[in-house]
Amino acid sequence: MQKMMNEEVQNQLKQIFNDMKNDVTMVLFTQEGECYSCEETKGLLEEVTELSDKIHLELKDINTDLDDVKKYNIEMVPSFVILDSNKEYHGVKFNGIPAGHEINSFIPALLEISGAVNEEIPADFLERIAKIDKPVNIKVFVTLSCPHCPGAVQKAHKLAMLNKNIEGEMIEAQTFMELSNKFNVSGVPKIVINDTLELVGNQPIDQFLAQIESL
Amino acid sequence: MSLNFNFNFTQPSQNKAKLNPEIIHDFLVIGGGPAGFNATLYAKRKGLVTGMIAKRIGGQLLNTSSVDNYLGIKDISGEGLMEQFLDHIHQLEVPILEEVEVTRVEKVNDLFEITVNNQTVFKSKTAMIATGSNPRKLGVEGEQEYSNRGVAYCAICDAPLFANKEVIIAGGGNSAVEAAIDVAKVASKVTVVHRSEFRADQILLDQMMSNPNITVFKQTQILRIVGDVKMTGIEVLDKSSNETRMINADGIFIEIGNIPSSDLFSDLVQLNEQREIVVDSKNMTSVPGLFAAGDVTQVAYKQIIISVADGAKAALAANEYINHHNTSK
Repeated sequence: MQKMMNEEVQNQLKQIFNDMKNDVTMVLFTQEGECYSCEETKGLLEEVTELSDKIHLELKDINTDLDDVKKYNIEMVPSFVILDSNKEYHGVKFNGIPAGHEINSFIPALLEISGAVNEEIPADFLERIAKIDKPVNIKVFVTLSCPHCPGAVQKAHKLAMLNKNIEGEMIEAQTFMELSNKFNVSGVPKIVINDTLELVGNQPIDQFLAQIESL
Repeated sequence: MSLNFNFNFTQPSQNKAKLNPEIIHDFLVIGGGPAGFNATLYAKRKGLVTGMIAKRIGGQLLNTSSVDNYLGIKDISGEGLMEQFLDHIHQLEVPILEEVEVTRVEKVNDLFEITVNNQTVFKSKTAMIATGSNPRKLGVEGEQEYSNRGVAYCAICDAPLFANKEVIIAGGGNSAVEAAIDVAKVASKVTVVHRSEFRADQILLDQMMSNPNITVFKQTQILRIVGDVKMTGIEVLDKSSNETRMINADGIFIEIGNIPSSDLFSDLVQLNEQREIVVDSKNMTSVPGLFAAGDVTQVAYKQIIISVADGAKAALAANEYINHHNTSK
């Protein structure tokens, strides 16, 4: 298969990956037979793995690797999670290929899980995040042509990384049309918290927290 | 599926300049669009201590699929142009504070105090408002109810969600016609509804009219948006025959222009009837030392190149203001 990323993007990424501190592992779930964008997602992840020796890839099947499916709450394919150097899951998940604009949520997630800090979060937000003690699932529906979407995905992932009770997942709306219809997604980014609370648009972290605190 | 990579992530180790709340700035810009970028460029080159505070870097440029009327730059995406602007600003090490909400601006003892997220306060001798504008709403029944259940305001973001569906575009300017052409690439049918005559560029109108997937109704007013769980269509008034009828569709993109984002400043500076900030020929507002530029002001014709030029004027005027102020003391 022809490379998805051109040389320019590859070189940019190599440079950026120099900032990675520790190793990270991506665990990708696909399935035998029909699977929209599974091949492409695997291709992209393999290409990214080649750009840094700190990035590793494990391939799993949603129908056979059931222990892992359960461990990481995998519900659809393609889907992948990013683990830290101790192979620990911090709730950072992508459903569908993070191409197009979503490369801008994918790359920061790799860096942050490796321990490279990108942006500081104000202390009062950190306090509020630490206080969240119930399980929280944040779904962020995106399209690959949406410039505002990666910001929302990054925030969901950031919250997940900062609190064990929170899981943040990107969902590519076209790949998972049925799920998108179920949540009436007709504008992105659409943020759904614990399948009940909804936010539309790339909201500030304050708004995420206000919704979570209302649970 | 778009597999192109619109990569714009900057390296964490590149020590980006940070906005400092401890110092007194010469010229602070509120807003992260073309006017703001160019103002900081000009201010920095004049030697002013400057910086930018923005909710969203790029502003409306991000919602523009292609820009073909910026002199010297041919066929670029709105985002691509924004990246070039940003790259230029980064080179000059202009500190940018992004993803924050300005909650208050006031003038205290000749200094502007800009409060963000209700906590941090930045101080500056002069300041510029370049907060741009937000999509105008139709203001018809059903618009709010079906907002994000069919009613959408960002064609490039949401077009993929309407693949093989029937879509209406409301509006008659460049952004409406561009949206129609973009959405027609994925939707099964696009209907453009406009209450009067088109004012889009002829070059875009030609493209739209020659697209077999696009139907156009002029002199047609949208009365309401109807639906059940999601929107199912609109009721319109045909102004030429004075008859009402229904147009069925799964979605509607509202592209009828913008309203200035001036609410935060309404008690501070003079606004006109359209709620645009009134500025003089050197972009100063009714408050001495406080400038404004771009779409948030009464400037005629909201265009990228006009906002950019407006930002330059405001920065130069701020520099003049500071010099004059210093010598007169």
